[in-house]
Amino acid sequence: MSLPSQVLHIDLTKRKYWVEDRGELFQLYLGGTGVAIRLLEEECPRGADPLGPENPIIFAVGPLNGVLPLASKTVVMFKSPLTGNLGESHAGGRSATAIRSAGYGAIVIKGASETPIYLAIHEDKVYFRDARALWGVSSAITVGRVIRELEPSPGLRTIMRIGRAGENLVRYSAVMLETYRHFGRLGLGAVFGSKKLKAIVISGSKIIRVKNRKLFREVYREIYEQSIKTPLMKKYYELGTPINISPLNKIKGLPIKNLKETSSPLAEKISGELMAEKYLGRRVACSHCPVACIHLAALREPYPDEKYFYKTTMISYDYEPMYALGCMLGVFEPEGLLKLLDAVEVLGLDAISTGVAMAWATEALERGIIKKEDVEVELKWGDYEAYIEAIHKLANASNEFYRVLGMGVEKASEVYGGKEFALAFGGNEMPGYHTGPLAHIGFLTGARHSHLDSAGYSLDQEHLKEGKLPDPEKGAEELFKEESWRQILTSLVICLFARKIYKEDVTVKALRVVGIETNVEELRKLGIDILKAKNKFKIREGFDPSKLRVPKRIFETISPHGKIEEGYIKRAVSKFFKLTLD
Amino acid sequence: MKRLAVIDSERCVGCQLCMYVCNSRFGDAGLTKSAIKVRSAGGIERGFVVVVCRACPDAPCASVCPTNALVKRKGGGVILNPSKCIGCMNCVEACPFRAIFWDAEDNKPVICVHCGYCVDYCPHEVLAMEVWPR
Repeated sequence: MSLPSQVLHIDLTKRKYWVEDRGELFQLYLGGTGVAIRLLEEECPRGADPLGPENPIIFAVGPLNGVLPLASKTVVMFKSPLTGNLGESHAGGRSATAIRSAGYGAIVIKGASETPIYLAIHEDKVYFRDARALWGVSSAITVGRVIRELEPSPGLRTIMRIGRAGENLVRYSAVMLETYRHFGRLGLGAVFGSKKLKAIVISGSKIIRVKNRKLFREVYREIYEQSIKTPLMKKYYELGTPINISPLNKIKGLPIKNLKETSSPLAEKISGELMAEKYLGRRVACSHCPVACIHLAALREPYPDEKYFYKTTMISYDYEPMYALGCMLGVFEPEGLLKLLDAVEVLGLDAISTGVAMAWATEALERGIIKKEDVEVELKWGDYEAYIEAIHKLANASNEFYRVLGMGVEKASEVYGGKEFALAFGGNEMPGYHTGPLAHIGFLTGARHSHLDSAGYSLDQEHLKEGKLPDPEKGAEELFKEESWRQILTSLVICLFARKIYKEDVTVKALRVVGIETNVEELRKLGIDILKAKNKFKIREGFDPSKLRVPKRIFETISPHGKIEEGYIKRAVSKFFKLTLD
Repeated sequence: MKRLAVIDSERCVGCQLCMYVCNSRFGDAGLTKSAIKVRSAGGIERGFVVVVCRACPDAPCASVCPTNALVKRKGGGVILNPSKCIGCMNCVEACPFRAIFWDAEDNKPVICVHCGYCVDYCPHEVLAMEVWPR
């Protein structure tokens, strides 16, 4: 098998599975995002209920997974229960090589089980295992530990699982992989939960053939050296993504307390530098990534009831979760923040949406829009213990208020009010950048409403150095170009952190290793096609660019580029959708 | 002679590049033919275990081979003669480190030849070549 082509179909209702050869699809669209969107068009019926058995879960990998370093990710697509249209999320861990080694390019899961199950996919065999005893277990980490003992192939498998939040259909619940990696955004956890699917284990030992062996060694070495011997990846391996906290705080682009502020001297207490100095306990990597951006803090806590008795918990900390659960909630006490991060991990929630939801609830409570009886907890900026309690209530959908909050801030503000400070874009909660208009335009126009769609935050910062913003139309073109190219990377499937290594010409060369002859122009065109297909699916499912809501708050809070102008955003958004939908 | 040694598994980040490049010595990708293995020590939070042939001076895997397909190598470790191997897996069982892996495609053991190729791709100095026996 040199290129991925096999698609494994699993029907949870009938407990049946079969394999289809879709070589033609992989030939046209490479893999990952490109193939997943075509499968989603085919498999997801128009108007499907995201939490109904008809919603498919589609995992897809690409031709470079298992072959070259930094091609370490798996793409998943589904209809999002949070936004009601495109659900797409990316994760690493050991998933990508595991899926390819099992012999598949994609896995499509449909239907729903009546009782909790987990799937064990070992090459050609799929086992539907009873998971009734695992349902309701309080920690998603424990679920991983249990399955680890039950299934073969340690080191070569992926173990995906949901926590309580997914079981309880919180619309932004996540799926955890191995430990510390996630399909975080847009609610895959709830889709698992709706199918009574607690976990999936995948392993295999199929060889991945390479077409051009000499070039394989050459390109392998080149990419390896670029990733560890040049400054290209430095920010990811030294301090990791939390390196962003200080510079964003300095330029006043760090959203704090539901974006009422953008800078605080307290933020320095959770800077990447201080976190590394005081807490960094271990660095770990996804399979096939020498960079090891995953930073684990070792949190040592005494037991209050017994002298000289301690526990040490390893907690993953990254910029986005620290922004959402730290800055947005005014939690600048590092140990409190780590405990919050751990709670979100254990419960299986998306950290960004959870933080933004809690920030909205805190402000809504402050303003008297919601009542103490609804929230049951006195939410106050900085009070991490209150937030931990509230997050448990959220994951357990413990009352009507938390059930609504679990549908996202878009929905919660429709029910309770407070839309002007409900920080969601296209229904997805906001990532950690108030760097200028381009970041927000990216959140609005990006197919996933994610900062990683088109990296507007990065463009904002580049233009800040130049001292001026481009015309809105020009800005939209820059975002469109970036998002289109990223479709190629996520079709192969390369980690977006490696985008500066896998430049256009390097990608063309890398593809020759596996026998794909193409050129930059062809790839660019394909990237545009894939992006258009994603947007077409969104429109099919009711997405309306003309009805995109822009939270007023972003115009009130000054950005590093000054006051963000509504007119600028409107013009850029309109231009972007002209490029994408024509 | 020299052997491949695990110098400090605490520095291992679990990237598995050693496994990928070991596999690639035959020209293909993936992990199926790796003679080295990295897995978590009971969950990634606890770090990693790096499993590799330690080049035993008196190798038990060779002793249990019924067809003499595994020959003790001067200075430690073994060399496989694939044409003699019948795929009985006795050697796999005999190694207490479980450092003999299985190539399901060819139905033959995969055993480290201590070439050191993986060392070049270990970004964190977990692995090194060392003089052996010490």
